[in-house]
Amino acid sequence: MLTVENLHVSYGAIKALHGISLKVPQGSIVTLIGANGAGKSTTLRALSGLVKSTGTVIYNGQDTSKLAPNQIVAQGLCHVPEGRMVFANLTVHENLQMGAYLQRDKHWIANQTEYVFGLFPRLKERENQAAGTLSGGEQQMLAIGRALLSKPKFLMLDEPSLGIAPLLVKAIFERIVEINREQGLTILLVEQNANLALDISSYAYVLESGKILLEGPSAELKVNPEVQAAYLGA
Amino acid sequence: MDWLFQQTINGLGLGAIYALIALGYTMVYGVLRFINFAHSDVLMLGAFSAYYIAPKIEKMCGNQSVLGCIMVSIIVAAICACIGMTIERLAYRPLRNRPKLTVLITAIGVSLLIQYTAQNEKVIGATQLPFPQLLPEKAFQFGKIVISSNDVLTICVTIVLLIVMWFIVQKTRVGTAMRAVSFNQQAALLMGVPVNRIISFTFGLGSALAAIAGILYAMKSPSIEPLMGTQPGLKAFIAAVLGGIGNLPGAVLGGVLLGMLDAFAGGIPGLSSYRDAIAFGILILILLLKPAGLLGRSTIEKV
Repeated sequence: MLTVENLHVSYGAIKALHGISLKVPQGSIVTLIGANGAGKSTTLRALSGLVKSTGTVIYNGQDTSKLAPNQIVAQGLCHVPEGRMVFANLTVHENLQMGAYLQRDKHWIANQTEYVFGLFPRLKERENQAAGTLSGGEQQMLAIGRALLSKPKFLMLDEPSLGIAPLLVKAIFERIVEINREQGLTILLVEQNANLALDISSYAYVLESGKILLEGPSAELKVNPEVQAAYLGA
Repeated sequence: MDWLFQQTINGLGLGAIYALIALGYTMVYGVLRFINFAHSDVLMLGAFSAYYIAPKIEKMCGNQSVLGCIMVSIIVAAICACIGMTIERLAYRPLRNRPKLTVLITAIGVSLLIQYTAQNEKVIGATQLPFPQLLPEKAFQFGKIVISSNDVLTICVTIVLLIVMWFIVQKTRVGTAMRAVSFNQQAALLMGVPVNRIISFTFGLGSALAAIAGILYAMKSPSIEPLMGTQPGLKAFIAAVLGGIGNLPGAVLGGVLLGMLDAFAGGIPGLSSYRDAIAFGILILILLLKPAGLLGRSTIEKV
């Protein structure tokens, strides 16, 4: 569904990505793991058009590398950014409305909002509360819910576990698997918590200093001594 | 007691105008985090547009007719909205990713460019022009208190516009998008919100308010000239900071307070020449003691 070849990104004189290539098949969960500063977030930001990149990005048979972020979202390639970036000054309901900014079908929006509330009942309870008053975990739920209202076919999640209570992390990851199954969503997951990411994904890439160091089926990487030593704390 | 009441009315009339201008400053600050110093010149251009358009409209609708006045206001608001959006497109958008100071200095440059171009004899010229009476002015007498119909009009128009503004910002899709863009442009982009168009819309809305404020301000003062925007512009800027820059109700509160201050200081013989000094003194005090303004909150981001 997504094929990336030789993706380069620079921030001024600093090169962040040195030619990354990866593939995400339709309906799968693929993960990108690696240390801080390895270029995981930059990869996602390049794919959603937030930063300029060179190389080819073929999404759904179409080259999206030159499109603006709002055009990319319109194609169903949605990005839940690092640090959640919910609109703290807007209510939960208004945040979800913004997620559906490009959607015209009121009926679909209402149904999908109900689906999101079913996934995360906490959001329903806090529907009219300012998003800034939510806990970190609830904000992550809102960020995911908001992206689901953009009618995604392909969801990119950046560090959904960052700074969240362990119990909520487990719940959120269960929901991610559920979304993947129920809505048939393809997911590209960026995580520092490699254990968790390898458990729910089928294929994984290990990123280091802007390059792909290793790749393989998640189950294999999980028992790879190199990965275990560097990323799984074993 | 009469004196107090009289100055309150005068202050409200003036404060309403400041509030309309301050909304433009604060909305632009909200989405782009800089002060659009050319805002006061859009107000001036609004007054001059009305000056040139009013005679033509009056030929069609009759002298000092309500319909004519409304038509002039709508046309002038539309013209100024276009001017505001053009300024943003040409002067500010190319600098979107530059340091805020660059944009701020550019804004001062745009302001000076408009002021001195307008002062050129071939454009408008530096002389004072009498502003046409768009509506017949009446004075209502209650005992010793005199209420001018212009003040009543200004207050009513402002209240209506404030309600419209509140509705747009709080209840419509584009208003929600404005608030979203003001909080986080990148996140808004990821939702598919066309950030440039929303910013353009914000400039248009603010400039339309400035246009109306320009007409109301010109109706109060006998004449107009190319530098007429500076004084109310600065007062409205102080009002926006006083209320909490970026905060819409704050801009209105600040505007009313500053109008009151102008009226009361102006009504006391020994104090009237110091009223600008008092206004700027308040700006300094606010920046020292409560930089977020009366209604502004310093926000904390959760990580």
